[in-house]
Amino acid sequence: MSSLALFPPPLASGLTTLCESNNELLSGSTTEDRLKQDSSPLSLYFPRESLKLHSRTESSSKAAFLDHSETLWMRSAAAWRDGGFTGLLTEIKNSHTEVPKWLSVSSGCILALLQRFSSFHDSLFPHLTLSCEDMIAEFSQVLNWSDCVVRAFAWHPHTDKFAVALLDDSIKIYNPKSATTPTLKHRLQRSVAAVQWKPLCASALAVACQNCLLVWHVDPCSLSTRPSSGCAQVLSHPGHSPVTSIAWSPSGSLLVSASPMDTAMMVWDVASEICVPLQRVGGGGVTFLSWSPDGSHVLASTPSALFRVWETRMWTCERWPCVKGRCQSGCWSPDGSRLLFSVQGEMVIYALIFTNPSAGVSTSTSSESQAAAVVADLSETTFNTPDGNIIVGGEIQSLAWDPTGERLAVLLKGDSQAAGRPAVIAVFKTRTSPVFELLPCGFVQGEPGAEPRMMQFHPNFGHGALLTVCWSSGRITHVPFYFLSAGIPQFGLSGSPSAPRPQARPADFANQSLFTEHIS
Amino acid sequence: MHVARSGKLSGKEFDSRSSEEIIVTVFLSTNPYKMFSTQQSSWFIRKVICWRAAASIAWAVLLLPPTTAVFVILSRFSLFHPIHTISECFFLLTSASAIFSLILLFGVILMVGFLNLEYYSVIPTIPCSKIALLGHLLHPRQLLSSLAHCIMGVIVGWCCAITIGGRYETLGFSCTQTDGSAQMCLNEYQVILLLAGAFFGFSHSLLGVIHNMNYVAFHTVQQYKYLRFKGSLPLVVKCSATQALYSVRNFIVVYFFVGYIPRAWMCKTLNLELNSSVHQLDSVAGLLDLSLLYHLWISATFLLFTWHITLLLFRIFVTEVYSFPVQSTFTEDAHQCLPKVLTDKQPMIVKFLALQDLALLSQHSPSRRSEVFSLSQPGGHPHNWNAISKECLSLLTDLTQRLVVYHDTVATNGRAKSLSTGSERKTSSESSVTSGTEDLMSPKPTLLMKTPASVFARSVAGHPQSPLTAPFTPDLDSPFASPALRRLTAPVDQCSPWFGSVQSPHVMRRGPKLWSTSTDSQVNGSPPPSPASVTSLKQEPSKPSLLAKFLQNRKEQVKNFLAKRVLIMYLFNKLPEASSQALFADSQSHIWALEGMSYLVQASYSEDQFGVVQTTLPSILGCMLVLQEAVDRHFKLPHASSKPVRSGGSMGDSTYKTLRFALRATLKTAIYRITTTFGAHLNAVQMSAEHRKRLQQFLEYKE
Repeated sequence: MSSLALFPPPLASGLTTLCESNNELLSGSTTEDRLKQDSSPLSLYFPRESLKLHSRTESSSKAAFLDHSETLWMRSAAAWRDGGFTGLLTEIKNSHTEVPKWLSVSSGCILALLQRFSSFHDSLFPHLTLSCEDMIAEFSQVLNWSDCVVRAFAWHPHTDKFAVALLDDSIKIYNPKSATTPTLKHRLQRSVAAVQWKPLCASALAVACQNCLLVWHVDPCSLSTRPSSGCAQVLSHPGHSPVTSIAWSPSGSLLVSASPMDTAMMVWDVASEICVPLQRVGGGGVTFLSWSPDGSHVLASTPSALFRVWETRMWTCERWPCVKGRCQSGCWSPDGSRLLFSVQGEMVIYALIFTNPSAGVSTSTSSESQAAAVVADLSETTFNTPDGNIIVGGEIQSLAWDPTGERLAVLLKGDSQAAGRPAVIAVFKTRTSPVFELLPCGFVQGEPGAEPRMMQFHPNFGHGALLTVCWSSGRITHVPFYFLSAGIPQFGLSGSPSAPRPQARPADFANQSLFTEHIS
Repeated sequence: MHVARSGKLSGKEFDSRSSEEIIVTVFLSTNPYKMFSTQQSSWFIRKVICWRAAASIAWAVLLLPPTTAVFVILSRFSLFHPIHTISECFFLLTSASAIFSLILLFGVILMVGFLNLEYYSVIPTIPCSKIALLGHLLHPRQLLSSLAHCIMGVIVGWCCAITIGGRYETLGFSCTQTDGSAQMCLNEYQVILLLAGAFFGFSHSLLGVIHNMNYVAFHTVQQYKYLRFKGSLPLVVKCSATQALYSVRNFIVVYFFVGYIPRAWMCKTLNLELNSSVHQLDSVAGLLDLSLLYHLWISATFLLFTWHITLLLFRIFVTEVYSFPVQSTFTEDAHQCLPKVLTDKQPMIVKFLALQDLALLSQHSPSRRSEVFSLSQPGGHPHNWNAISKECLSLLTDLTQRLVVYHDTVATNGRAKSLSTGSERKTSSESSVTSGTEDLMSPKPTLLMKTPASVFARSVAGHPQSPLTAPFTPDLDSPFASPALRRLTAPVDQCSPWFGSVQSPHVMRRGPKLWSTSTDSQVNGSPPPSPASVTSLKQEPSKPSLLAKFLQNRKEQVKNFLAKRVLIMYLFNKLPEASSQALFADSQSHIWALEGMSYLVQASYSEDQFGVVQTTLPSILGCMLVLQEAVDRHFKLPHASSKPVRSGGSMGDSTYKTLRFALRATLKTAIYRITTTFGAHLNAVQMSAEHRKRLQQFLEYKE
């Protein structure tokens, strides 16, 4: 059974989702929406043409110079510098007229051996053959990352400011309370895959770049629009690039970073720039990280069909092999007890239940369930709309759960080539106590032709949940979901007993529960 | 702080050419913690630290046979006869000589482990000038350690020579001289291995001082011992191999120039001849022997690897989390409880482990937190919370005072003077006890610093702690060498107020100082007079004695004279940012105190049933805000915010170099943790207007 069949049909062309109010998603036409959007200070639009893209010709500048014959020694030295050991061997092999025959032959043999070995290694982990950019695009949470104008987005966990990483490798910080929008640029800040603000701090912003991690310290009181690169801490570790995912601990003390090229996950003590590599056999890299909001677990997925859940007190991990593909995305419930994740090649959402290790005595086994349960089936469903049939569903690009634990947004990949199969955001209503439940809410759609690329919930929105969506057009919009929360959870603190959730006006489709957990 | 040291090692340890038993008995008999046996804190050393050290040594000993096997295979490996090599190695490993040398190596490992236990420290020793570093290197204690390492190096070198075999196997061999007579000749190949062992041991011990290898750092990321060991193993291999490479290079150079001296001495004492038919090894041709170089390198790697592994295991075992009970049912166990252990100032390792436990329990364990917030059964007093918060706050207040005093010293001088602060860390433990939590603002002259006057003075007095601090560290140039401090150190008026009586040069002169004149003038070294002299000059007019004037003049003359000498300038010039590092040398304890406090306060929002935390909340916030201000001011000084150079490839843990940044970040996070938890409720907390303003900044996320 497809869960999406219970959803209200997608909007007609020309209508965009504005907000949720009284349990209904309200929509408006594009023009009036545009007016409204432009009046809001936080809605942004980055036209692709406005960005100055620098041409990347670092490697191709060689062709501009004339060939110049050097001595064998000079060429060997240059080959060693540029290409390392293999470069040196290739150079020796190529200049067989100048070197003794045995040397060229033996270097050719060693080169062939190395290539055989590396091709064997690559056949084990095919992602290693990808180029840097392709790898980030492959493992990023952003849909079609390489084509995105807005490549990364992050709300500050405590205030109303956010950081936006753009296609031209700059990061802009927007704060509604301040007139200045600092632009962060750094020599090493290339191919930004993710940004995240440090919790319990006003100024620190971690940026996952192609070759390193940058931690910017942007003074919120400063009036400077171009903080110097001296404000950035560079964290790098040999072999740990490109960095595709980062996660701060909710207590703000540690930062973890992951790279598909590196089998170790790095735990950084940012202030003292010390890193502890956490390495386990299997997987061939780490692609995506997510720290549970209560700080007790970290989800780390690998490029192969395996993901790990680390327990953060003693840093031990549980292995969770998947049947089909790698874990593409995951998100934690606000109390850190439930992990929802999606697997590449499957159209379902799985759930795992964890107990908080701090409550119990033992820390060795923290997961209650032996196997993940399917909570939602998002296989393709055809809706009949006035504009024709629209097929919604398919693989999941990313998942986001709002901080109150009442809305779950799912970004579905769709197929940009085929007509009528757009990428959409499906929003579920969720409740975690007393039992876990999923209910349909609706689809979030933008203006025609724009597909959602990434989304994030505002960490502390007062009137429910606020979903920020970055569109392929370069527009950033905010979709509020107005509802009364059953109780804003505060991590590590037991809140007041939760009041019964207000079900003001259940619509006829919304009261059908998609998934209800059975308590045995 | 260095945990108790029992004076000197008995000489018999070193000639214990190693049967295991002797060393074991020495190890037990010279247990350094005997002197604490009467004190209450010693239970921890006896019951925990010693056992942890013993366990680490046992693991190192267990790891030795496989390491040796790998060494044997690598040293004898021949590419063309692999099978032959392996069978040969197997026979060698089971032979009597191999077992004997293995026993010798066991002895060496035991000794290394014992030296680790004896010399380790949880607070790094940071020399602030080259001369202070030289003082560390030439300290008798350090010399003793170097000697021990030399002898152990010779033993390992001999074992290597035996196991490699071939031309290295014996010290003498019969040879025919040019005149045809048969004689016993000296085998230079073994001599070079023995000398190399001594050299590697010596350089290892020297580098240990320079890189602070005896400093045991605590990790922020907790891991199980095995996983931590597994994670650091590749690093140790790499570091040993590179270090061995450098050591071999240095040794070759040394042997090339002065190798003939020990060789001649050996010939003379052992009554052996030099074989004149083969060329000597201290020539270019002799040293360019690739196989010899390879064997030297592999021996050095083996030596360093076994020692580093012992050190690594020791560090891992000692820094393991120890869970102290928060309160105990029986009064006789009360001294083992967290509130009591926290307030003990000696030994430092116990205090550190207790603070680490506090930080972890406040973060992870609700049941233990509830014990902290609980009231005493008869009486209903929050004794646990009071003791813990008081100790943490006094630690933080102490750091604030240190920073304020340092800043004042620097500020009165107008610019960041080159002030050697080699002996600051001693103040931490001592002043932390005396300074209370009350009146956090006013800087009290509680820095009862002992005068670490000179090597001789200290060794006579039997100074119980930190003998490794610079014997030549110019004390007068430390930031505490303000008149106030000198007054405190002077025996007469210890209790005089901060700004008070006239400082006469006689008092200054009375302090037993070996280097005071030269250092005092030299460190500052430039025409503008040093702060000390400025202040003393300022106070002079009230009592312009002729003698004082004469002394002053002489001092200036000597200063000007010495300032022109390049070597002296080099030795006495302060290393950049070293004083900042020294100021924050023990900041790991402050970091834990901040974390523990902030997590407990955060948890108290929902878990504290009796409101015990509420009563201390104003003082906690006040303390943190004052510290925040002091830290901010400190980071505005030159060199304070410059990042240290990353030094890779050394076993020395360089985390102490960045402790001040970690402290700054932790402090901010701690304040934010409290403000985000309590939010607007903090407006009801009583505090001064200035603090409220500062707190408002935090509430608005503008810090």
